Amino acid sequence: MSNSGEKISRPPIRAQAGSGIYIKAFFGLYLRDLRVLMREFVTFLLRVGMQPLLFLFVFTYVLPHMAGGNPMAAGSGPGFGTVILPGLMAVAIMFSGIAAVALPLSSEFGITREIDDRVMCPLPLWAVALEKVCFSAMQSMAGALLVIPMAYYIPAVPVRADVHNWFLVALVLVLASLLAGSLGLVIGSSVSPKQIGLVFSIIVVPITFLGCVYYTWAGLGRIRWLQIVVLLNPIVYMSEGLRAAVTPSIPHMPWWAIIPALLLFTVVLGKLGLRGFRKRVLT
Amino acid sequence: MKPLIVEIEALTKIYQSKLRVVAVDGIDLELKQGEIFGLLGPNGAGKTTTISIATTRTLPTSGTVRVAGIDVVKHPAHARRHIGVVPQFNTLDRSLTVYENLYFHCRYFGFSHLNARSRSMQLLDQFLLAERKGVYPGQLSGGLAQRLQIARAIAHRPTVLFLDEPSAGLDPQSRLAMWSAVEGLRKEGITVLLTTHYMEEADSLSDRVAIIDHGRVLALGTPEKLKTTFGAQTLFDLKLKTHEALEPLLATLNARPDVTSAEATADGLRVIAPTSDGLLPDLVQAATGFGLRDLAITEPSLETVFIQLTGRDLRE
Repeated sequence: MSNSGEKISRPPIRAQAGSGIYIKAFFGLYLRDLRVLMREFVTFLLRVGMQPLLFLFVFTYVLPHMAGGNPMAAGSGPGFGTVILPGLMAVAIMFSGIAAVALPLSSEFGITREIDDRVMCPLPLWAVALEKVCFSAMQSMAGALLVIPMAYYIPAVPVRADVHNWFLVALVLVLASLLAGSLGLVIGSSVSPKQIGLVFSIIVVPITFLGCVYYTWAGLGRIRWLQIVVLLNPIVYMSEGLRAAVTPSIPHMPWWAIIPALLLFTVVLGKLGLRGFRKRVLT
Repeated sequence: MKPLIVEIEALTKIYQSKLRVVAVDGIDLELKQGEIFGLLGPNGAGKTTTISIATTRTLPTSGTVRVAGIDVVKHPAHARRHIGVVPQFNTLDRSLTVYENLYFHCRYFGFSHLNARSRSMQLLDQFLLAERKGVYPGQLSGGLAQRLQIARAIAHRPTVLFLDEPSAGLDPQSRLAMWSAVEGLRKEGITVLLTTHYMEEADSLSDRVAIIDHGRVLALGTPEKLKTTFGAQTLFDLKLKTHEALEPLLATLNARPDVTSAEATADGLRVIAPTSDGLLPDLVQAATGFGLRDLAITEPSLETVFIQLTGRDLRE
C-alpha cells in the first residue's frame, strides 16, 4: 500500500487497521446525527407531521363535513383519503430527505464549514455522503409511517389501507427514502444557504403538486401530455409505488415500472449528489 | 535517525480558472518525528494550500505528499488516521456541546464508547475546558474555541498535527495560552506543522522554519541558522519630513563599509546594516537635516531575514 520501503521506519499505527475502521467511522457519524436529531425530536415531529396532519384534517375531515360539499372533495369521492394516503407518505419522505440532508449540508458547507471535521474522518468521501443519505432515509421512513395512523384516525370516511405484499411495502419505502436522500444531497451540495429558501418554491412545490400526490397517475389519462411529462418527476414513482404497496385497490402503475424507475432516479441523483459533494469538499 | 513523518516532494498546485494562479511552485519539505516545524510566509505565499494538500483536502497539480509513509492522494482515508488538523477558521460542530465535539470526533476514528469518553474527559482536563464541557461552541471565546479545536484535532492521537495560522484573531493572552498548548504537544511526541505570518511565533515555537513566498521555499533551517546564514542584520527605518534630494545621503550611506544597503521608502529611508554600533549617531545626525521625525530599529530576527530574502514585509 505505501511505498515507504527501507527509507522510513513507519511509526506504529494507532488507529485500527482494515475495513473495520470504516464501519466504525460510519457508525460514529450516524451516532452523531442521531444525537443531534434526538435533541431536536419535537422539531422533527412537527416538521414531518404538520403538513400531512393539516392536509388530512382539511381535505378529508373539514370539507366533507361542510354543507353542500366542496367540489374538490366531492369530486374525489369518499375514496379521496385513500387516494392521498400514499401521496402524503411520499411527500413526507421527500420533505424529510430535503430537511435532513439539504438544509444542514447547505449551511455546513457554507459559512461555518462545520462539515470539515467529519470529512476528515478515516472514511472515503463517498461513504461520508452515503451516511448522510442513509440517515435521512431513516427519517423519511419514520415520517412516512407517521402518516398511516393519522390517515386512520382523522378522515371522516375511513381510509382503506390494504397491504397484501409487505415485501413490496418495505422495498418501496426503502427505495423512495434513499431517492429522497439523494435528492437532498444534490440540493445541499449545490445550493448556497442564501438560496435554499428558493429551492422550496422552484423545486419542492412543483414536484409535489405534479407528483401524483393528490391524484393518481391513471387519473391523468384525460390530460395525456401531462401524464407523459410527469414521468420525469421522481415523486410520481414514490406516490404510485406506495399506492401499489399500501392501497392496491386504487388504480396505480405496475410494480415492474415503479421499481426500476425508483432505482434509476436513486442512482442518477446519488451520483450527481456525490459529485457535488466531492466538489465542495475537494479543491 | 528519526523517522520522517511528512515528506513533500516537488509539490505544485496551479489554479486554472479565469486567472492562472500558481499557489505552490515546487515545494520540497521533510518533517522528522517529534519536531515542530514552522511554515513562515506572507498571506498568499502558498502556506494554506500546502497544508490543504497534505491534509487530503486539495488535490495537487503534481508532486507527492506522504504522511507516515502513506501517499495522501492515493490513500486519503487511510492517511487521515495519522492527520490532525486545526484549520484557520472555527469549524467546531455547532450542534454538539464541547464534550460531544471531542467524544464524537473519537467515535469517527473508531474509538469505543468507553475509550471515547475517557479520552474526551482527559482532553477536557488537559486543555482546561472541563468547566465548559456542557456549553455549545457558539458560547466560547475565540481563545477557548481555538483550544478546543486543538484538543479535538489530537483526540485520535494523530502522528502529525497541522495548525493553519493558529493565532489568527486571538488576543495576546490567548495566543500565549495557545503557544503553551502547542509546547505541551512536544512532550507527547506529536509532530507539528504550523503556518504563521507572525515572526515571534515561528521563532519561539519552531525547531525548524521554512520561509516561503510565491509558492517556493526560500530558506530552511533552525531559526538560529537562518539568522546567521542570512546575516543577522539590523534594520533602521527613518521617517523624514523632506523626501527630496535624498540621493547624496543615500550615496554616502551606501559607500560606508558598515552599511549593507540604504534605500528610499515612502516615508523616508531604510538602512540595513550588520550592527548599529557607531552607525546610529551618524545616521541621526545625517537625517536631522531632512527633518527626522521617527526612527525604528528592528533587531536581527526572522523578520529581517524575511525582508532581506523577499524585499517585503511579512504583513503586507
